[in-house]
Amino acid sequence: MAKTPVQFRLNGSDRAAFVDAPETLLNTLRRGLGEFAPKYGCGQGTCGVCTVLVDGEPVLSCLTLSVACEGRHVETASGLADGPELHPLQAAFMDHFAAQCGFCTPGMLTAARALLAKNLSPTRDEVIEAISGNICRCTGYEPIVTAILAAANAPGARRA
Amino acid sequence: MLGLRSCATLAEAAGILSGDRQAVLVGGGTLVMRDVNEGRLTEGTLLRVTDPAFRQLNASGGRIELGAGVTMAQVLASRDLAFLHPAARAIGGPAVRNMATIGGNLFAETPYGDFTVALLALDAQVVVQAGYGTGRGVPLEEFLAGRERGTLPGLITGVQVSRPANPADFRFRKISRVKPKGIAVMSIAAHLPAQGGRIMQARVAYGAMAPVPVRARGVERALEGKTLDAAAIQAAQQAALEGCRPATDAIASEWYRREVLPVHLGRLLAGEAR
Repeated sequence: MAKTPVQFRLNGSDRAAFVDAPETLLNTLRRGLGEFAPKYGCGQGTCGVCTVLVDGEPVLSCLTLSVACEGRHVETASGLADGPELHPLQAAFMDHFAAQCGFCTPGMLTAARALLAKNLSPTRDEVIEAISGNICRCTGYEPIVTAILAAANAPGARRA
Repeated sequence: MLGLRSCATLAEAAGILSGDRQAVLVGGGTLVMRDVNEGRLTEGTLLRVTDPAFRQLNASGGRIELGAGVTMAQVLASRDLAFLHPAARAIGGPAVRNMATIGGNLFAETPYGDFTVALLALDAQVVVQAGYGTGRGVPLEEFLAGRERGTLPGLITGVQVSRPANPADFRFRKISRVKPKGIAVMSIAAHLPAQGGRIMQARVAYGAMAPVPVRARGVERALEGKTLDAAAIQAAQQAALEGCRPATDAIASEWYRREVLPVHLGRLLAGEAR
């Protein structure tokens, strides 16, 4: 079957790919564009490890059609760091031991980024709600919640 | 081979759906794309609707119209729809709510489909477009009965509901074991309009207590014309299981669902914390 061209911005850079028509955004990112931050977890919308931002809103890339992202801005956890300088969220995840095996971390960071973009002083309950679609089997969530709350108060937390 | 077609108009999508048995409409993707990922859907055509009317939300007046492509996040962003916020918030995490649509929720298999339970207690009409004609209203209960039989009427373009005269008369509760977000053991919605303190035209609906969301007719009868006091609540609890056909699944057993339904119904009616 003929491939379909798709163009979108990925973490600030214009990218293009030829995709199979029903291909998911996650497949296009990982197999087509070499963007490996979002992972394939459950494929059902349960685990949240494939979470990316499309035009600033969190979506599950394993359930999103690539063609639906034409002309839009896709952001992944790879877009958080500015060169060697980590985003306050990434630094807080390190400081508070919020990553153990690390598999859920890109999804957690992306969900947390979406929260902080709208709400720089979230309550603990708001943080829990923001990551309620992301499963972590290592940490018991507490270090992640603590890290996000710490990042919210750090300078530059809302950096684009 | 699985193909994809983007439809610029609702009529185009309705025409394809009526003529092609292998065509499947993709709303937010949270149901259909899961089937694609798991290899259950490998043949046919996925249909995408780009018509802005599909995502239109008209909620300012007494008659509310929600396009089938309206997402849970759109519902939550609308102040006019505050009475539906508890039901929309019960669906998934933030990412799922940015994708999951009202139209898709009508097709979500039990124990999913909590938003539809709320719509059922509000006597919603489903707007159906078959072929290239114009849409017609079908009572949600009739649509759900058809869904259970496996007969689907055409493209669902939207849902219409009347705004409750008093938002406090509408109650919704999803019971799940995992906090803050879990799949429903059951969900219960009740619209209990009262005149002079007596309930008139009570509507109560359950999710996950039958293969599709169902009305609790026994409870509605027990509450009709009563004031919502301890005696009425007890009568409602005794009638709670009428018409229920719950399943045993990974979330709860049939036995457990039957045991706890009257308890949760009683708490909902009494306005107690869960």
